[in-house]
Amino acid sequence: MNTIVTSATSPEIDMPAPASKPHVVIEVAVPAPASKASKATARPQAGPLEPSVRSKWFAGIVVIGYTIISLIPLVWIVMTSLRTPQDSIAYPPKVIAESSLIGYVNLFTTRSRVGADELAALPPAKTWYEQLVREQQMILAGPSRFQDRYLNSLLIGFGSTLLSIVLGTFAAYAFSRFRVPGKDDWLFFILSTRMMPPIAVAIPIYLMFRNLGLNDTHVGLILLYTVVNLSLSVWLLKGFMDEIPREYEEAAMVDGYTRFQAFIKVVLPQAATGIATTAIFCLIFAWNEYAFALLLTSGTAQTAPPFIPTIIGEGGLDWPAMAAGTTLFLLPVLLFTIVLRKHLLRGITFGAIRK
Amino acid sequence: MNIALKRHQGHQGLSDRTLAWLFVAPTILLLLAFNIFPLLWTIYLSFTNYRANRPNADVLMVGIDNYRRVLNDEAIWENMRATAHFLGWSITLQLLLGFGLALLLNRKFLTHSFWSTAILLPMMLAPAVVGTFWKYFFEPQYGIFNYIVNFFGGPGTFTMLGDTGLSPWAIILVDTWMWTPYVMLLLLAGLRSIPPYLYEAAEIDRASTWTTFWRVTLPMVMPFIILALLFRTIENFKMFDLVDQLTNGGPGSVTELASIKLKREAFEKWRTGYSSALAIILFVSIYGLSLVTVRFLDRVKQR
Repeated sequence: MNTIVTSATSPEIDMPAPASKPHVVIEVAVPAPASKASKATARPQAGPLEPSVRSKWFAGIVVIGYTIISLIPLVWIVMTSLRTPQDSIAYPPKVIAESSLIGYVNLFTTRSRVGADELAALPPAKTWYEQLVREQQMILAGPSRFQDRYLNSLLIGFGSTLLSIVLGTFAAYAFSRFRVPGKDDWLFFILSTRMMPPIAVAIPIYLMFRNLGLNDTHVGLILLYTVVNLSLSVWLLKGFMDEIPREYEEAAMVDGYTRFQAFIKVVLPQAATGIATTAIFCLIFAWNEYAFALLLTSGTAQTAPPFIPTIIGEGGLDWPAMAAGTTLFLLPVLLFTIVLRKHLLRGITFGAIRK
Repeated sequence: MNIALKRHQGHQGLSDRTLAWLFVAPTILLLLAFNIFPLLWTIYLSFTNYRANRPNADVLMVGIDNYRRVLNDEAIWENMRATAHFLGWSITLQLLLGFGLALLLNRKFLTHSFWSTAILLPMMLAPAVVGTFWKYFFEPQYGIFNYIVNFFGGPGTFTMLGDTGLSPWAIILVDTWMWTPYVMLLLLAGLRSIPPYLYEAAEIDRASTWTTFWRVTLPMVMPFIILALLFRTIENFKMFDLVDQLTNGGPGSVTELASIKLKREAFEKWRTGYSSALAIILFVSIYGLSLVTVRFLDRVKQR
């Protein structure tokens, strides 16, 4: 390699992978969208690419129609959470019904039924929710387990996200910048860990956790989710790191930084957006995960997804309470989706498509 | 490499080689401990008669008996047929609907960017929780889905999840509802990657709309279609959470997909050796299927 003049402009430290390697990286380049200025100048010509007004109307109506229909289930969940149990099983289903917070109250409390005279003998209810419970001929017996499950979801979600991001950032940097022997094979190995059906892995993990005493513990689930997320975090972060010019670190190293210092002080701040994006994807996975949580946890470390379907009221499933739990559970993900919308494509394809 | 850089590295800090291993090692070690080790253990278990609910019983090596039993089991082939039915229909529907929506969204009508985010919401949700709630929509007595179908002249009382003919379609419907946006998002990126000059050239050649679609749009989007196919196939082959909640394999075993069967064998009947053999067979199938698709993708991209 030339040494003097090209040093600043040839940042390749690792050699390009030999052509004979299996094509693992399925990168599909998407050209950057035209800038606003060029769009503005192109529009008046209304070239062959600009769809006609009528076809735009047609497209708009079909897409908006589909979206609204596909969002009905979500809206219906939120509406059900604000119903009384009686209204939630009415036929025909009531679109407009008296709204009530009883679902949320039932979600967070346990109650017991009392006789009418016993109820009348009680002192007046102290809070609005106690009042709501009494109106159903019941008294409060204590908090429900939902809070614990929700906190478990938060703890395990954030814990595993943090771990997989820290480990993933280091690994991604090494794969992006250094010559790691067998790099492509390692990367494909990391990706292929995602192909294993969770139930298939759960059999030996269950036995392993039983021997290590990790069944139904927060640590066990955090470790497990970290491992599952590592493939995503390494692949996504490697993509983001590849986009950071090497010249920055090299300039810092010429100024006397070690490679490690350059990584911490120069590369990490540059990769902040990518790290945040990756973190949200990891969080959503851990938040939504069901199979491992179902099979490996029962009491202490159970997360919300296996718990929500088991919320039972009097005489069957308590749909408003389940809907309330579902609403509270889905809400963070809906917010994250809006935050992530520009990076969504990249995340769901493991960085195979970059925009 | 730059001389100045080399000198610096000689003086201070760790060498790149050491650093590379330090950076990669924790990830590799964790993956070895939680993926490769369990995989090897599964392979070992698949040759034994071990049962996880009887940890103290003697473990016998039974050779390939478990594999022979899995492959000769009529029920397993029934599960595989159910899985193939689910895979085939859900992915076909998602590709058709997703491609249609992507073509329409690409026309950039007013407010299209708002709707292109709103349309994505279903795919971000927890599949298990979604499955639970669709159970509510499918309730024969008071479910909103049944009501709407009957409103438009449906057959009266019917039960999507309790009917052996309908319940395979219930899981296809919910999966399609959830994952069509995913395919749409991928294919929209594909459509936007087509350089405009190709359409200009087609215009100059006075190609009809159909010809342009078959000769320009479809070939250019093909890599994205295959990518969508690959991701959806892997995910739906592994499908567990949604179906576990929605039907739990029932009624009977008509919606008992491979993963559900695996759960029943491993964690309800506790036939650990047998289910390990099934797990290995499933993993090899997914892996093989993906390799074939990736090869195919390479071929399409080279054209």
